[in-house]
Amino acid sequence: MSEVKRPNPLFRNLTSKLAASPMIFIVLVVFVGSTMWTVASSFTGIKTLPIFTPQEFYDNWVGWDQYVRLWNTPRWITSITNLAIYGILYSGFAFVIGFLLAVLMDQKIRAEGVFRTIYLYPFALSFIVTGKVWAWVLNPAFGLEKTVRDMGWTSFSFDWLTNRDMAIYTVVIAGLWQGTGLVMALMLAGLRSIDDEIWRAARVDGIPKWRTYLQIVVPMMRPVMITIFVIVASGSVRVYDLVLALTQGGPGNSSQVPSMYIYEKLFVGALAQGTAASSVLLLATAIILIPWIIVEFGKKSRE
Amino acid sequence: MAMSSAVAIDPSGAKPKPLFAPGRVLIYSLLIVTSIYYLVPLYVMIITSLKDLDQIREGNIFIPTLKPSFDAWVKAWSQACTGLNCTGLAPGFWNSVFITVPSVIVSIAVASISGYSLAMWPFKLAEWCFTILLVGSFIPYQVFLYPLVIITREMGIYSTLYAVIFVHTVFGLPILTLLFRNYFASLPNELFKAARVDGAGYWRIFFRVLAPMSLPIFTVAVILQVTGIWNDFLFGVIYAGPTNYPMTVQLNNIVNSLQGVKEYNVEMAATILTGLVPLTIYFLSGKYFVRGIAAGAVKG
Repeated sequence: MSEVKRPNPLFRNLTSKLAASPMIFIVLVVFVGSTMWTVASSFTGIKTLPIFTPQEFYDNWVGWDQYVRLWNTPRWITSITNLAIYGILYSGFAFVIGFLLAVLMDQKIRAEGVFRTIYLYPFALSFIVTGKVWAWVLNPAFGLEKTVRDMGWTSFSFDWLTNRDMAIYTVVIAGLWQGTGLVMALMLAGLRSIDDEIWRAARVDGIPKWRTYLQIVVPMMRPVMITIFVIVASGSVRVYDLVLALTQGGPGNSSQVPSMYIYEKLFVGALAQGTAASSVLLLATAIILIPWIIVEFGKKSRE
Repeated sequence: MAMSSAVAIDPSGAKPKPLFAPGRVLIYSLLIVTSIYYLVPLYVMIITSLKDLDQIREGNIFIPTLKPSFDAWVKAWSQACTGLNCTGLAPGFWNSVFITVPSVIVSIAVASISGYSLAMWPFKLAEWCFTILLVGSFIPYQVFLYPLVIITREMGIYSTLYAVIFVHTVFGLPILTLLFRNYFASLPNELFKAARVDGAGYWRIFFRVLAPMSLPIFTVAVILQVTGIWNDFLFGVIYAGPTNYPMTVQLNNIVNSLQGVKEYNVEMAATILTGLVPLTIYFLSGKYFVRGIAAGAVKG
């Protein structure tokens, strides 16, 4: 009955556990804890004072009331519609233009580094800078509209920035300028990871280049493309600074986005309303994430 | 898993073809036309900042001035007003420096060690947390805004530099941990085993063996974080407190302050000045910048 004392498994790799504890704290408290708190709070009637205990949540519980109010608020409807317009157009165009640029860049061109630097530099700039520059270029009194009129086309009109119906599209233009380079760089990395053998085989079989891209290369790049799509689309849900710098949500409320609504509600005493709106964005992101989760975690379980 | 193969963005294969074949002309024309679209805003921003107000009113935003002057730059830097405060962008620049430097150091320290633990000394809880972190990195910031106010308030640091450093560490964690974990995992395992046999422990292996050979990945992380944190607006507004507002916030306030005549040249000079730090880093570090942003997307 000789019993060798086994070390407690809890203390194996102790240093590693201690060293990783800041990460574990951040994941559990900030990422998990905050998300749960935000979702739970959206079912209460809290205004300025946050609550924590189950009893407090029970006392303040109002069910779906905040969501009912949210979807009856015209400004929220405008905001979420704008987000849909921005999200779909931005993601769609960034994806297509980014891919086409990457294909052009992949044609063994000269000065590739120069072109890449040009396409990607806006991505190094902040949304505030991007917004301010485009606000100036698109300014109807001084910018593009005036320039074209001065050239003789006096009826030319490009007043999207001050036009209630078109303001959100200026955000798309500025957003694409800032973000397409990223998509191009990621797509190019994806194209370069395709085996040269595939290209050689397609050439031997006499398949034209455009068909090789469309029918062989694109399907092979599907996992990369899904990842890029998720990055671009989930990024567009967060849009805030760009709108703030470009249109301030105007004219009127016409180019408001959900982040602005949330920010305002959270910090002016309608806490639960703000968390309800945040939870809607969380749900939207979850839907966008589904294909990525299938690819990422499906791949691991298959291995 | 290996980063180097995933981010192979260098040209390979045969030499470029001659410049003037018909297909080539089409390709280069398309590339040049799109380049112009990307360059025009930068060009307009620079020439506007070099004009005076009369030239702006009479002229055309696309035509450069014959009498360039840096007056607008000087004014944007040291005299432009937000409300009654006429200090220019300079205080915002220094605030951004004081925010960026410690945030970059702390976030990289936390993430590199977490990535090292995950790659070399893994344990279940850390692996679960890492999975949550990867999914969590997509969650919109709005979900965390108020909880982070509560957390930083409980820590007693809300509305100070420490709060904004903490928040940048939190949001830098997913991408940086991924970056370091993948890099350390791609190193030959014999290295780690040999160091263990020689009796080196957790910290010794990290500082003596791995860190010295990880300079490229640290460079990528620094570039990623400096540009990201310098460009931040939202966290600066919420957590730093008015005395620590970063440059982006100050730029927005200067341009939006509605007093007096709109000085477009000063606005554009202020905009360039705010973009100058990340742009400089970008132009000096091209390849590393690309590696940093690609690392998030093309993982093993």
